[in-house]
Amino acid sequence: MNLPAMRAIYLFEMARTRRTLLQSVVSPVISTSLYFVVFGAAIGSRIAEVDGISYGAFIVPGLIMLSLLTQSVSNASFGIYFPRFTGTIYELLSAPISYLEIAASYVGAAATKSLVLGLIILATAGLFVPIQVAHPFWMLLFLVLTAVTFSLFGFIIGIWADNFEKLQLVPLLIITPLTFLGGSFYSISMLPPIWQTITLFNPVVYLVSGFRWSFYDVADVGVGISLAMTVVFLAIFLAIVAWIFKTGYRLKT
Amino acid sequence: MSAPEKYGAFRANSPKPLQRLTTCFTLKAARAPESTRALPGSMVRIPDIANKRPLSAIVALMQTIISVSELSKTYASGFQALKSVSLDIRRGEIFALLGPNGAGKTTLISIICGIVKASTGTVRVDGHDIVADYRAARARIGLVPQELTTDAFESVWATVSFSRGLFGKRANPDYIEQVLRDLSLWDKKDSKILTLSGGMKRRLLIAKALSHEPEILFLDEPTAGVDVNLRRDMWQLVRSLQATGVTIILTTHYIDEAEEMADRIGVISKGELILVDDKSELMRKLGKKQMTLQLQTALDHLPPALNAYQLDLSSDGSELTYTYEAQGERSGIIALLKDLSDAGIVFKDLHTTQSSLEEIFVSLVKDAT
Repeated sequence: MNLPAMRAIYLFEMARTRRTLLQSVVSPVISTSLYFVVFGAAIGSRIAEVDGISYGAFIVPGLIMLSLLTQSVSNASFGIYFPRFTGTIYELLSAPISYLEIAASYVGAAATKSLVLGLIILATAGLFVPIQVAHPFWMLLFLVLTAVTFSLFGFIIGIWADNFEKLQLVPLLIITPLTFLGGSFYSISMLPPIWQTITLFNPVVYLVSGFRWSFYDVADVGVGISLAMTVVFLAIFLAIVAWIFKTGYRLKT
Repeated sequence: MSAPEKYGAFRANSPKPLQRLTTCFTLKAARAPESTRALPGSMVRIPDIANKRPLSAIVALMQTIISVSELSKTYASGFQALKSVSLDIRRGEIFALLGPNGAGKTTLISIICGIVKASTGTVRVDGHDIVADYRAARARIGLVPQELTTDAFESVWATVSFSRGLFGKRANPDYIEQVLRDLSLWDKKDSKILTLSGGMKRRLLIAKALSHEPEILFLDEPTAGVDVNLRRDMWQLVRSLQATGVTIILTTHYIDEAEEMADRIGVISKGELILVDDKSELMRKLGKKQMTLQLQTALDHLPPALNAYQLDLSSDGSELTYTYEAQGERSGIIALLKDLSDAGIVFKDLHTTQSSLEEIFVSLVKDAT
């Protein structure tokens, strides 16, 4: 295993985050804070408790998950797309490093950034609403698994995209709507029965539900199912990445 | 000699890279065992440049460092870029790959470096298969691409250090500093790449390729679009690198570049390697010589007795040009001069010229199409 090479890619990506601190960290934190101000303080004070939890506190896991998903995808997709766009991908392809090591490095860096961001948003949320974490281990596990899984997804998008528009397409048109409709701001038990059934086809429901359970011990679906679904997504994305590397899809002609 | 020795151990107290690298190479030769210095009765032809080299370098030149065997590449579009190309690159030589646009030069380099997949055939780099043993093969190679592909927002130092790490080498700030100094980029080490000139970016790509101390350096049209001074600097750099034992393979459109630099030349056209030979041998075999005679008195026409020589008479009748094969056993000059004398044609001066590599190249490619 070429650990120095993996380290080089990882540190290079982390350095890019430091250079673009405003865009990478400050911007999502401000956006999330605005959600807390609007939904937590302004509107939230007029909404009844959900499952015995104040609305402001209820939306915290969903908001963290929203940022985690979008940032994981955009960080990883940009990380691998940019060398393809500039042409510096030649260096990666000609280096003595395996595809697995390349993917692990980019995904590791993207997941690290998302995790840090998630924890910062959690700390920021603590300034607005009282937060409790009923199952810290599970909270961290869901956080890590989701960050890695969706960073893998972002990596796939970064390989697939052949222009910047496509790079933004999936996060904007798929990830964000699914997160909003996946119970980030409400419990799916608040929906009419038919929509409750339809919502179960939204994969983000399982991620948000499991993550919320780790905070407040309440969930829309069983935590076992949430965990299993997260692992299934991870396996699917891993399989796609393996296929990309086996075939050289969009990497090697 | 390990690569760190090449650069690290000889960097002290030597103001000019070439001087330093030459010193290093002489030391290497002095360490060579006695048995390797003598090559009695050797029939192996060493390129002219080798005459100025230590014997260890001559021995090295006989070893194959890259072996390409029946390599073919057909892209998904159906375009066949390479057609069963076989080629051996000798350790320590400068090999120039010439060919028109779309001939397959970059495809060949890209396959060897791992960027493009071969359809069929094998490549071994220092004995390592580029697919089965890609780590060992790629670790030995540095690539300077044709395009100025860089991370515009990175600093010079960061991007060169990144390249070193990518090839599995531990950080070595001293070495990176030396590479940047040798390439006159030290003053720009903290500058963002987007602020560099085109020539600096080209040098930066070379610095990145050298960052992991490769044994083989691929230069894909290294002087495309650079000014004359920088071009000469590049040539100087390439020679300095060769003197340290680095094998250099360059593609170029500039024939004079190949003529100036290369030990051997390969000509590729439409995916086929149509010729590989020592540069001087190529010139000798395929070059044509011309003898031009300046006549004392202008002629209106040539006497029929001289028709066999296929002479060209200049429009003003004051010059006669005789073309003959350079490698021919008999040039026919003596007979021509006698026949001229018999015809009463007196000349006041003469000079000879030989075909340039460019003319040879054009002729070869034309024949192949």
